[in-house]
Amino acid sequence: MTRHLYPLFSLRMDITRPLVEKVALLARLEIPPADADRVAAQLGRIVTMVETLNKLDTKGVEPLSNPTGLVDAFRSDEPRPSLSRDEALANAPDKVEMFLRVPRVVE
Amino acid sequence: MIDLTASEIRDGVRAGKWKAREVVDAHLERIAAVDPKLHAYLHVDADGARAAADRVDASGVKGLLAGVPVAVKDNMCQRGIPTTCASKILEGFRPPYDATALLRALAAGAVPVGHTNLDEFAMGSSTENSAYGPSRNPWDPTRAPGGSSGGSAVSVAARMTPLAFGSDTGGSIRQPAALCGVVGMKPTYGRVSRYGLVAFASSLDQIGPIARTVRDAAMFLQAFAGHDALDSTSAPAEVPDYEKDLEAGVKGLRVGVPKEFFGAGTDPGVRAAIDAALKVLQKQGATLVEMSLPHTDYGIAAYYVIAPCEASSNLARYDGVRFGHRAKSFDGLIDMYRKSRTEGFGEEVRRRILLGTFALSSGYYEAYYKKALQVRRLIKNDFDEAWKKVDVIAGPTSPIPAFKIGEKANDPIAMYLCDVLTVTAPLAGIPGISVPAGFTEGNLPVGLQLLGKEWSEATLLRTARSYERETEFWKRSPAL
Repeated sequence: MTRHLYPLFSLRMDITRPLVEKVALLARLEIPPADADRVAAQLGRIVTMVETLNKLDTKGVEPLSNPTGLVDAFRSDEPRPSLSRDEALANAPDKVEMFLRVPRVVE
Repeated sequence: MIDLTASEIRDGVRAGKWKAREVVDAHLERIAAVDPKLHAYLHVDADGARAAADRVDASGVKGLLAGVPVAVKDNMCQRGIPTTCASKILEGFRPPYDATALLRALAAGAVPVGHTNLDEFAMGSSTENSAYGPSRNPWDPTRAPGGSSGGSAVSVAARMTPLAFGSDTGGSIRQPAALCGVVGMKPTYGRVSRYGLVAFASSLDQIGPIARTVRDAAMFLQAFAGHDALDSTSAPAEVPDYEKDLEAGVKGLRVGVPKEFFGAGTDPGVRAAIDAALKVLQKQGATLVEMSLPHTDYGIAAYYVIAPCEASSNLARYDGVRFGHRAKSFDGLIDMYRKSRTEGFGEEVRRRILLGTFALSSGYYEAYYKKALQVRRLIKNDFDEAWKKVDVIAGPTSPIPAFKIGEKANDPIAMYLCDVLTVTAPLAGIPGISVPAGFTEGNLPVGLQLLGKEWSEATLLRTARSYERETEFWKRSPAL
């Protein structure tokens, strides 16, 4: 995997239509062709706003992903009561007997 | 009866002065009368509410919330009750279990009356992003109630319930509470179990109380706070008695006033109300300390990387397989995912998923996500420095009062900026409360925001209560 290394202080990302279409596929969303330019422009404005972060020097700053400081909450590995199969399947949009039905994934 | 506070209702039920059933009937009648104008509710469960009230009346045990009608934000799972997050993708979804916070409120005798409107998946600041139409501000129905817990704030402000659950990710409890003239608190991250709260941004989301008075907020939080084995991020720490020192006042309390909280965009009416509020605290014996939180202005930028990144991951579960909407026609599995999700999610949710997917994708992760997490650390450092000099930080909850419905609907960045004063607390994991602080000349409510260090909910409640005792803005109710 190649990582593109952008010098952080000159980063100005251009949100193009092909980029948005690629991201939409990754996100499992569709963008109607008539909408793609508008969506790209809108995301571009948000990304530009976000890039104000580059005004800050964060060299050596430890990233903060979780504010609690809690780590590794363990529990004992014992069976507990859980949902019945009928309850777990009750909201499924398509099911056959005790299975969820999906389109064929292996040819 | 609808003007009673939650603690008055509870005390009356315990003393046999009235029955939980009478209380809930009065509130259901109020909902039927005013909600067609305000649209606070997506689903009213009148039969379930009456049955729950009857159970409270029949039971000898009268808990902390005995007979108190409670509204539930529609992103909290309630067994068998439609829970949609105001999204088409969850239309018809009926959870097979209850959120822990709700379960605890029920065990304390609360009577759940229905589910309230929100911005879809709690993404928004006006409740206009609901797939089922906006809620309206009871002080001026042409204006938005704020969001995302807009329906919950409206329910409490308009006397449809004395209490409502909200959830706060970037300000979604405090901002609508401010814009609707009620009390709203975001607890410390980990204070309340997130089990059964539909995940938006897991490192930020926190359930909290919306109420008319500070005492009611304290009592409500008491009923549902605390460790839960079903949420590994809930803190295994004792919950203090939030009502114990509620009346102890603010003598000697050091209240920090950050200059960044009064930027150029602050509405003059908001400014005047907050200046007056600070004088009240000073008169009551608090010391005002001028201070700075230098990274405040970077909060929105950091938040709009971190929250969409977490959302893009959390919302991957909506795949049209196990629950939720599935497209009628598609060509293969990937197409089924894409069509189901595109049909099911609204525009703002799709926008944030795209933004988060982009920021987490190969090549951009370091420049955006990691950078935002580093700025998040700087924001937390600002607060950690502040607590060496002050006990509480005070300022406006929102720089502006309630805005017109539609005013910001086509400008996502203008909408994001509504949260400029509320996003830093969840980024740092600290608690915050908004308490009614009077009105602008246009008769729109203003909220005073108080922030404190981790686990300082009792201090915030005591400070808010001290201010409330002097001002009693909560006694004013909107003409409907």
